[in-house]
Amino acid sequence: MNPLELAGAEPGPAFTVTLDGREIEALPGRTVAAALWAEGVTSWRTTRDSGRPRGVFCGIGVCFDCLVTVNDRPNQRACLVPLEPGDAIRTQDGTGHDTGRGQEGTGHDD
Amino acid sequence: MTDGRHHLAVIGAGPAGLAASLAAAARGIRVTLIDAGVTAGGQFYRRPAPGLRARRPGALHHRWRTWERLEEGLARHLEAGTVEHLTDHHVWLVEGAVAGGDSGTAPAFAVHALLGPLQERSVVVRADAVLLATGGYEKVLPFPGWTLPGVVTAGGAQAMLKGGLVVPGRTAVVAGTGPLLLPVATGLAAAGADVAALVESADPRAFARRAAALAAQPGKIAEGAGYAARLLCHRVPFLSHHTVVEAHGDERLDAVTVAALDADGRVRAGTERRIPCDTLAVGHGMIPHTDLAGALGCRTDGLRVDVDDEQRTDVPGVWAAGETTGVGGSALALAEGHIAGWSIAARLSGTAPDPRATTRAIRSRTRLRAFSGALDTVYAPPAHWTDQVTDDTVVCRCEEVTAGPIREAVADLGAGDVRTVKLLTRAGMGWCQGRMCEPAVVGLAGCEPTPARRLLARPVPLGVLARAGEEPDD
Ligand SMILES: Cc1cc2nc3c(=O)[nH]c(=O)nc-3n(C[C@H](O)[C@H](O)[C@H](O)COP(=O)(O)OP(=O)(O)OC[C@H]3O[C@@H](n4cnc5c(N)ncnc54)[C@H](O)[C@@H]3O)c2cc1C
Ligand code: FES
Repeated sequence: MNPLELAGAEPGPAFTVTLDGREIEALPGRTVAAALWAEGVTSWRTTRDSGRPRGVFCGIGVCFDCLVTVNDRPNQRACLVPLEPGDAIRTQDGTGHDTGRGQEGTGHDD
Repeated sequence: MTDGRHHLAVIGAGPAGLAASLAAAARGIRVTLIDAGVTAGGQFYRRPAPGLRARRPGALHHRWRTWERLEEGLARHLEAGTVEHLTDHHVWLVEGAVAGGDSGTAPAFAVHALLGPLQERSVVVRADAVLLATGGYEKVLPFPGWTLPGVVTAGGAQAMLKGGLVVPGRTAVVAGTGPLLLPVATGLAAAGADVAALVESADPRAFARRAAALAAQPGKIAEGAGYAARLLCHRVPFLSHHTVVEAHGDERLDAVTVAALDADGRVRAGTERRIPCDTLAVGHGMIPHTDLAGALGCRTDGLRVDVDDEQRTDVPGVWAAGETTGVGGSALALAEGHIAGWSIAARLSGTAPDPRATTRAIRSRTRLRAFSGALDTVYAPPAHWTDQVTDDTVVCRCEEVTAGPIREAVADLGAGDVRTVKLLTRAGMGWCQGRMCEPAVVGLAGCEPTPARRLLARPVPLGVLARAGEEPDD
């Protein structure tokens, strides 16, 4: 049984968001992290120094491993931020400040 | 805005904060319950997001009836206006002893919270007393590969499952030590994941040695047995006295190596075996959240906030209950919360609380503390876990500091505590402020764990800090 069936979930209609421009479906109420997991995506950023992939670790907002860019705001905790229809999720590299459109670069040293 | 009633701010709407709110409100206290979550319940009673419209939220829980009672109680008080619940409020600081409490006599507190997921706007709640019921977070000790996507904390897997109704992959290994691993493994299995193994490092003989203390809590034993039966029925292999040695994968997890432990807690050479999986849910126990208590100057004992028999901290007007005062599960959190609410109601009205009014909670607190004390001695990470941490294993996930430089700081540069290691290596200096790496640094440095002093419980935008002093009241 999948978790939605197990809990007898009858979510409202799925809506569309984008992940790096690609359209994906999200269920109302789910966080960015939950929507990405449901899509089979488990990593969405790379680290500042060694460029290693990261995604959810603690799941409750403590570890900051799940940072992601949402609607051009970098460094949002994907495990905390609920999705709204039309949201644009972008994977982010390093500090996240040179990947988001419309963000001023911080000239970091990667 | 005062109506003559004393005002209590409860931070944390988990079992402890809820029980306290109901107990205090029932005794005439005005309560503001503040929590970062969008619904009440905390970690144990975390429920699917309302938008998912789950008809059977209890399917992922046990002791659901207890939750229903708490929820009914909360709803009654919300309706009556005796409790106000501020959701999506992330408290970043509690200021003590500020002038002008509602009653004019008691010490007054200003609770500063950031709003909503973006956390850029701050509000202030003023109250005569504060209860810290902020729970805890999971401890994970490092091993090679623990930063790979697909490796999550056991509680994190549980939180994503209970709150988002998602699982991270198809085949999971649940590993580490502690009672939380059982509900996580059964939860993942019930939700359709193939749980390839439950790997518990505790030695079954340790349970036998503590049999008497453990058997004193038959309800808890039955709970454990219930989980064991469900694991059996999902055919989850249980490897006790085993540990995860390494997580493998390139861009994400594809297997873990587990091995048996010897009587001293060292990996037994030649017992390693590789288990293919795309998810590793791992945890080594819990750490109390003590940031707010630390900033208020509350005394701590080891890693927990120190409280007296009435759940009072040593700072007048500040109470603490639940995991923040020591880890012991939701039933203990409920009992402590109830006692705190009872004490607060009496103390704010200037009387000593009557113990006869709450004998049941006091008795269960005593029993459950003894039980969790016994569990603590049984569930301990392998004594020689640092042997598995190679020099190139990342220890500080945020700053990507590996074990090599930390060992160097300790052995060659004389660092003997977490703070010095941090100054020399940057371990603990990143986003999470050492919350994730501290137990590992403590282990590698061979020093005693002490509660970290973090001035702010959450990262705060500079603009909010600049305006904090002049914020109008909520
Ligand atoms: C991720 C996770 C999952 C867990 N899952 C289970 C489980 O499935 N089964 C089980 O038996 N035990 C589980 N536990 C253990 C569980 O924490 C306790 O048994 C129980 O929930 C403790 O109750 P509490 O009231 O002390 O704290 P919690 O239930 O942790 O409640 C604390 C509350 O305080 C809030 N909070 C903390 N800091 C702030 C702040 N600065 N501002 C605003 N709000 C704040 C949190 O949002 C939370 O709602 C889990 C623990 C964790 C960390
Ligand atoms: S997963 Fe740890 S903060 Fe989001």
